[in-house]
Amino acid sequence: MLYISPIKALSILLTAFFVCLFAVPNFISKSAIDNWPTWARNQVVLGLDLRGGSHLLLEVDDRDVRGQKLQGLQDDVRRVLRDARIQLVSPPVIRGNSVEVRIRDQDYSRGLTILRELSQPLGGGLNTTGARNLDITEGEGGLVRLTVTEPAILERTRQVVDQSVEIIRRRLDETGLVEPSIQRQGNNRILLQVPGVDDPKMILDIVGKPASLSFRMVDSTMSTEQLLAGPRPPESEIVYGTAATGNIPYILEKRVLVTGAELTDAQPGFDQRTGEPVVNFKFNASGARKFAQATIDGAGRLFAIKLDKEVISAPVIREPIIGGSGQISGSFTLESANKLAILLRAGALPANLTPIEQRVVGAGLGLDSIHKGMTASYYGAALVVVFMVVTYGLFGVFASIAVGVNVGMIFGVLSLLNATLTLPGIIGVVLTIGIAVDSNVLIYERIREEVRTGRSVISAIDAGFTRALATILDSNITTFLAAAVLFFIGTGAVRGFAVTLGIGIITTVFTAFTLTRLFVAWWVRWARPQQLAIS
Amino acid sequence: MQFRRVSFSASAFFLIVAICQFLFVELNFGRDFIGGTFIEVRVTSGVADLARMRTELGGLGLGDVQLQQFGTEDAVLIRVPKQPGGDAAQQFAIDNVRVALGNEVEFRLGVMEIIPRVSTEFLAQSTIGLMIAILAILIVSWLRFEWQFGLGAMIANVHNLVLTIGFMSLLQIDFDLSSNAALLTILVYSLNDTLVIYGRIRESLCRYKRMTIPDLLNNSLNSTLSRSITTHVTVTLALLALLLFSGHAIRSFVSTMIFDVVLVGTYTSVFIAAPILIYFGVGSTRASTKETTDKRFFHSQD
Repeated sequence: MLYISPIKALSILLTAFFVCLFAVPNFISKSAIDNWPTWARNQVVLGLDLRGGSHLLLEVDDRDVRGQKLQGLQDDVRRVLRDARIQLVSPPVIRGNSVEVRIRDQDYSRGLTILRELSQPLGGGLNTTGARNLDITEGEGGLVRLTVTEPAILERTRQVVDQSVEIIRRRLDETGLVEPSIQRQGNNRILLQVPGVDDPKMILDIVGKPASLSFRMVDSTMSTEQLLAGPRPPESEIVYGTAATGNIPYILEKRVLVTGAELTDAQPGFDQRTGEPVVNFKFNASGARKFAQATIDGAGRLFAIKLDKEVISAPVIREPIIGGSGQISGSFTLESANKLAILLRAGALPANLTPIEQRVVGAGLGLDSIHKGMTASYYGAALVVVFMVVTYGLFGVFASIAVGVNVGMIFGVLSLLNATLTLPGIIGVVLTIGIAVDSNVLIYERIREEVRTGRSVISAIDAGFTRALATILDSNITTFLAAAVLFFIGTGAVRGFAVTLGIGIITTVFTAFTLTRLFVAWWVRWARPQQLAIS
Repeated sequence: MQFRRVSFSASAFFLIVAICQFLFVELNFGRDFIGGTFIEVRVTSGVADLARMRTELGGLGLGDVQLQQFGTEDAVLIRVPKQPGGDAAQQFAIDNVRVALGNEVEFRLGVMEIIPRVSTEFLAQSTIGLMIAILAILIVSWLRFEWQFGLGAMIANVHNLVLTIGFMSLLQIDFDLSSNAALLTILVYSLNDTLVIYGRIRESLCRYKRMTIPDLLNNSLNSTLSRSITTHVTVTLALLALLLFSGHAIRSFVSTMIFDVVLVGTYTSVFIAAPILIYFGVGSTRASTKETTDKRFFHSQD
């Protein structure tokens, strides 16, 4: 037991050495590391609570998702019934979570069959739950009610979150912010962490706007007053202009000519005649064709450029625009033109995102925590080393070295995994140090005990290690399991804690089983003690 | 093992006190749970005059504005309750605070807006996590030891958690999301401690077939005592260093931890976790023994 072959000893030392080596990049300046090969460059990422920055939790607007889903369903119902020339008592309307339509008696069964085809299993062919996107129920008087199911809403919400994460990433990349972290959280939330930015409003300006752009014709068949007073035509709606242009109401056709999705580029620029800031854009081929056709058909009429819920400008079509490029003007400043160009390039968010939590950690506070934490750790480590050496003499030195290597290995593994180190994570490391010290104490106490029962030095050491290791293994396996559970269930802070604790347990078992034993074995071989000095 | 009558009564008493304390006084919920907008400022003159700042901010009509000193003498945390209206209303309130305090303070540490709903959901989720973790501990210690040990470890853990929460409520230590990490640490630490003692008990069960259970437990505790003392002294030293030198951010955590390591954890392992095994009939499967009324402490090495 106490004999460790040279090959084994070498592999133990090399393992410890190389794992510790991975922690080195953390202590070297960024510029020096840039020349290193990529595999050697891994570093621990500091959490937002340690480096400062903004933390935003965004929630997908549930009403928005439902609204869109219902709107889409209403359009579908209208389209399929019209295509099949079904006679209706009343057109499809949205009521609550459903779309309701009344079909004339003679077409009822045919209409119902067609509507039933709209109900599809969720998740394509891979679906196993058997959930469908629509529940269809029949009422009296030819009433058919199509209800959007909750699983369908959930699926759509998840899609919206995934798309939004992509778009937010593109938008932030455009602004050149450093290392933002964007993650889905739960089913309907996005966690956004931007280090180094201490004004969350600035980030919200960039990620909070859906930026859905559409080009539509202005309905000139009736005046605004008529529309506000009288019955509303189903094909038009009122949209107001921006506050800068005086909130003028416009009557827009609901039919969309071209959407922002068909833009290939958008850049801020200046109008050649007036010199005011504008956004220049280019359509892709199909967008250009649609826009050309629309401007040929509607020459002399007004068309509107609608961004989110506002009309930003409504110019007259003087001549057909066939080149596929144009400009948006609308009392921009250079900055707002630039921002809009970024949003248009990155694409529109599929739904509204509401910030439900904003936190800022001042960079100063983070640095403060690190500095104070470091100072505290140094004093703590010094106290522990002194105490161990006083209690166990030379063996205390072995224990201190083993625990030191253990800490080095924890940071090595954390760097290798590019793990994020947060305050709770540091607490996890401190706890691990406690457990690592305990492992050594367990071993030494056991050896002392064995000596007291009258065993020889070598046999006492041997028995001490064997017996203590069983205990160490038991308590560490259980602790590791607890850490694993916390990792899979917890989020954020708890997860950071679980990661460092889990890694720490593994390195603790490694150092207690191998490194401490190696030191003791070498010492026994070198000193050939007749009596044990650890009491 | 005679002490178990005393220690179990004492524990029952303290558990009841802790639960009452928790039910009637409530935890001092920190910013994560009360919500609102928080502004952290640093007073330029060096020492914050809270009374004067309170009057200045009270006149703004923002509702119940709370001021709290934290860490150093010049650092103040201002809490503005959520204003009716949207984002703009919150921003307006912050601007008002800025103007009112003027040059007296430096808005060094930023502003945050917290909606307690998120934190509460998070707490609920963590609590479930904690329960599953405790259950996992039960199962593993059952597999590695015997079911009595699993149950004992679980009871010891719950006992610890309840006492710790009672302690936090008694001293009105801020309960924040990071307190979760503190509770977890305590859970893991005392679990580790309990399992070390259980390991020794298991070993003794195989070794000393004829010893009575109370004597055997006593013996096991005695032989692990010097290890327990050494480990606890070491950890306490490290924690004291953290308490003295680390920043405000983890101070509440460290004080909770010291309470637990020094008092509760050690006490639980020795006085609750070990003797409770008697009631679960540990070792009943080994060679039949009859419980003796022998009261002397047993130190034999057989």
